[in-house]
Amino acid sequence: MDNLWSFWSLFVIIMTLGFMVAVWWLIEAAKKVNAQQPANELLDHEFDGIREYNNPLPKWWLWMFYGTLVFGFGYFIFFPLGGWQGVLNWTSVGQLEKEQQAHEQRFMDTFDTYARLSVEELLNDSTALAIGQRIYAQNCALCHNNAGTGGYGFPNLTNNDWLYGGSPEQIVQTLTHGRQGVMPGFSSQLGEIGIAQVSNYVLTLSGHEARNPDQVAEGQVLYQAVCAACHGDEGKGNQALGAPNLTNDIWLYANPEVSLYDNIRVTLRHGRMGVMPAFDELLGAGRINLVAAYVYNLRQEDPQ
Amino acid sequence: MRHDKVEKNLGLMVALILLVVSFGGITEIVPLFFEEDNTVPTQGVRPLTALELEGRDIYIREGCHVCHTQMIRPLRAEVERYGHYSVAGEYVYEHPFLWGSKRTGPDLHRVGGRYSDDWHRAHLWEPRDLVPESNMPAFPWLFTQHLDGKHTARKMTIFRDRFGVPYTDEQIANAADEVRGVREVDALVAYLQNLGFGLERN
Repeated sequence: MDNLWSFWSLFVIIMTLGFMVAVWWLIEAAKKVNAQQPANELLDHEFDGIREYNNPLPKWWLWMFYGTLVFGFGYFIFFPLGGWQGVLNWTSVGQLEKEQQAHEQRFMDTFDTYARLSVEELLNDSTALAIGQRIYAQNCALCHNNAGTGGYGFPNLTNNDWLYGGSPEQIVQTLTHGRQGVMPGFSSQLGEIGIAQVSNYVLTLSGHEARNPDQVAEGQVLYQAVCAACHGDEGKGNQALGAPNLTNDIWLYANPEVSLYDNIRVTLRHGRMGVMPAFDELLGAGRINLVAAYVYNLRQEDPQ
Repeated sequence: MRHDKVEKNLGLMVALILLVVSFGGITEIVPLFFEEDNTVPTQGVRPLTALELEGRDIYIREGCHVCHTQMIRPLRAEVERYGHYSVAGEYVYEHPFLWGSKRTGPDLHRVGGRYSDDWHRAHLWEPRDLVPESNMPAFPWLFTQHLDGKHTARKMTIFRDRFGVPYTDEQIANAADEVRGVREVDALVAYLQNLGFGLERN
């Protein structure tokens, strides 16, 4: 309703002001109702024995009523009504932007400073790590949990095993743009027998005993043909693709209620499409740097 | 003015009260029907797909809107937490809208893309697996119940004919096949992942 003179703008203005005038008229009319009878005497009507005096409206009440009317008119001078913007030019969005600017102003220096520092430099700054921890708790803990140990389908951030690389730059990259897992399902390509064979071979990669040792050899052949392109000939994975290392006995999708063998088979059957959302819009560079430092700091110094 | 006439005639009094009270609605509500901000969908709005529509009905059936709002107010704290404030044009195809009125859980108006599908499924299965302090109920039955698609086309037809949601004949014809046999949880996740792209869609 930007145009003051549009139909609906005038409609709202006339209805509102007209109603206020009508209310004023009503109180004036009501005030005069009993002017014909003497004041402070009983009126002639009665209901169930209840009668009333012909008293004037209480002054305090009447003046409060006038006060609200004056306040109402005054309000519409300053604030919007219909297409009228009000002399203050107030809008809820304008107020929001003002508050956001004030907030930005207040914290700009802090976050700008952190945005310029490298993740390694932030590691020595306990305040930065404390802020990073808060940002982590609000945004990351929902999946990776408060301790950073992750869960079924959500990577553990403390074990120094990284799907997409654990350097500060790679962590910042992951946070900024997100990651999309691309493990396809192999039901149709491998069939149940092929999946069982590959699963048996994958078990041996991390030192587990094969469920069915007879199938390991065929599994290895299939692995080299189908899986090695991403997971590597030796199963060491590929961080450029986010293909996990299969030799370190760290499993992203290990449901404890079923055996590891069954877990691997489920993964092979249906594929895995884990998603790390992008946080650039939500957090911005300064906060991402801080949370990256916090996450980098979580890793344990015992690479497998 | 003879106010005893009004006081002693109930019908007249009711009529006059209705007249007076209706002024507020006529002034505040009626002009909005003709405001383009309210009647024209924003750029990213598209009608829900058959699957998302069924997901939305599960959202309603399970009472999600009782604890979750879908309305981000233009307040700094809300915008920082949930994203851009909601605007009227985003709700043009919503019948009924699911603004909600109480936040026991967070607002969901821009939850789409915020978490992965896997996260949503894990969270609906047992919220405390992911958020230990959560008091949201678990919804395990969504994982065993499947859509039959019996009413999907009819729902879309009603949305088109009664509420002006621009579904094509093709969409309506394919609706049942699109949703038949899908787990309820997957429909709900599809609906949730579409929330929040009303302003712009990449």
